[in-house]
Amino acid sequence: MIGRMFYAIRQGFKNIGRNRLFSLASVGTITACLFMFGIFYCIVANFQYMVHAAESNVGVTVFFDETVTEDKMLEIQRLIDAREEVSSTNYISADDAWENFKQDYFADGDEGILAGLDQDNPLVDCASVQVYLADTSRQAELISYIESLEGVSEVNASDIIAESFTNFSRLIGYVSLGIILILVFVAIFLISNTVMIGIAVRKEEIAIMKYIGATDLFVRGPFIVEGMTIGLIGSVIPVAILRALYPMVVDFVLEHFSILNRILTFMNVNDVFNILIPISLAIGLGIGFIGSYMTLRKHVRV
Amino acid sequence: MIVLDNVCKTYSTGVSALNGVNLRIRKGEFVFIVGSSGSGKTTLFKLLLKELEPTSGRIYINSQNIGRLRRRRIPKMRRGIGVVFQDFRLLKDRNVYENIAFAQRVVGKPAKVIKETVPQMLALVGLADKAESLPGELSGGEQQRVSLARALVNNPPILLADEPTGNLDPANAWEIMKLLEDINKRGTTVVVVTHNRDIVERMQKRVITIDKGVVISDEKGGITNDW
Repeated sequence: MIGRMFYAIRQGFKNIGRNRLFSLASVGTITACLFMFGIFYCIVANFQYMVHAAESNVGVTVFFDETVTEDKMLEIQRLIDAREEVSSTNYISADDAWENFKQDYFADGDEGILAGLDQDNPLVDCASVQVYLADTSRQAELISYIESLEGVSEVNASDIIAESFTNFSRLIGYVSLGIILILVFVAIFLISNTVMIGIAVRKEEIAIMKYIGATDLFVRGPFIVEGMTIGLIGSVIPVAILRALYPMVVDFVLEHFSILNRILTFMNVNDVFNILIPISLAIGLGIGFIGSYMTLRKHVRV
Repeated sequence: MIVLDNVCKTYSTGVSALNGVNLRIRKGEFVFIVGSSGSGKTTLFKLLLKELEPTSGRIYINSQNIGRLRRRRIPKMRRGIGVVFQDFRLLKDRNVYENIAFAQRVVGKPAKVIKETVPQMLALVGLADKAESLPGELSGGEQQRVSLARALVNNPPILLADEPTGNLDPANAWEIMKLLEDINKRGTTVVVVTHNRDIVERMQKRVITIDKGVVISDEKGGITNDW
């Protein structure tokens, strides 16, 4: 068994050597496909990261009836906080609201005007809970839940922002999926062609193997190894290049577009590549396996 | 050992290659199957290797109905049949030793066994000194000997030869036939498909003649029919 496995691996590498030009073309195409995939992934992952960061700033503000006590407000906050779609909540008491107001509008030292008001807070009924969403697509659901709670007088939210973020994320997701699928099909087709040429070159050998009593697995093994090796090489190259380029591009953007620094928050290189490396390798190997297996099923039968 | 029971084969094009063939070849026999081009000889050869399926009828090899054989069992069945072709079908990029060893590797024989058996086979076919030669460096007769050694290296009980002398001059053809006779004397059932009349007459073995897909004669001791 082990002997046959080594035979398949040895022959697989020999096939690549014999079929050098086509193997190189296949590796090149898979490299190009996975390079584009990698770039796309980096863009999408970073965009979603930025969207997520922006989403966490999109809040829902909950106001209460005048009669509601602070304890009841805190209980309502706990109920909201326990919801799945909620990332965090922040209780702002009437005093906090007044302090914030003063800082926002009278920070320049006109405190004398307001001195008399401290004892008689004008925002006494303006305690609120600020709710931040983990999933903005569920904002409407959350609002109707909060509105159904006893003691809640008003819920303020920006529907447009939440919806736009959700729709844009979805659009990016669909476009990337479409492009990736096309690239995968192109790569499978190329591997399949390379393996088919290998089969044509070794037609005589395969025929002899069959007459001698070789099993399907024995005949197909070297071609599967060939396809998967091409896929593997084709995935390692773009990942290595992207791994080297990513920090440079991030530094370049942050340096040359410093004006966007507040919007652009890039993912850490390890966070990107901890996902991109296994995905790319799996796609490369998968393309190699599927491309060669499909061709062999069609053209090599005992 | 080999039984064909009312075997018919009609191709999808409508051409009828075999039409109700009944045959019985016993263990240890040496049989020639003869006939003109298009008589159905090659179809019969392919049916015995299960490369083709009969349209109707049954084929038994070693008491096993090969029509009922599952696909994954075909390789094992073929390991019991050594095959020799007119055009030798050797791997041109591998030397004589490797060509013979290849047949053993395919069936998963350990390296130790291969090292022992291949030289024995080379000695049997008289090519002990040609182990390192490439097929292209050998004569037609020598190439056919390598092909024979490869067919026999796994010790199959049956040897099928399709026009084994077709590409050889009379002297080499006769040598191959004598080698086949030796192999047969060691107990291997030998079935030779040929249209080499001289050889068949000289060998004086059982001769089955096929014409237009039908067995028209089955005689011992050479040819009695024209084909």
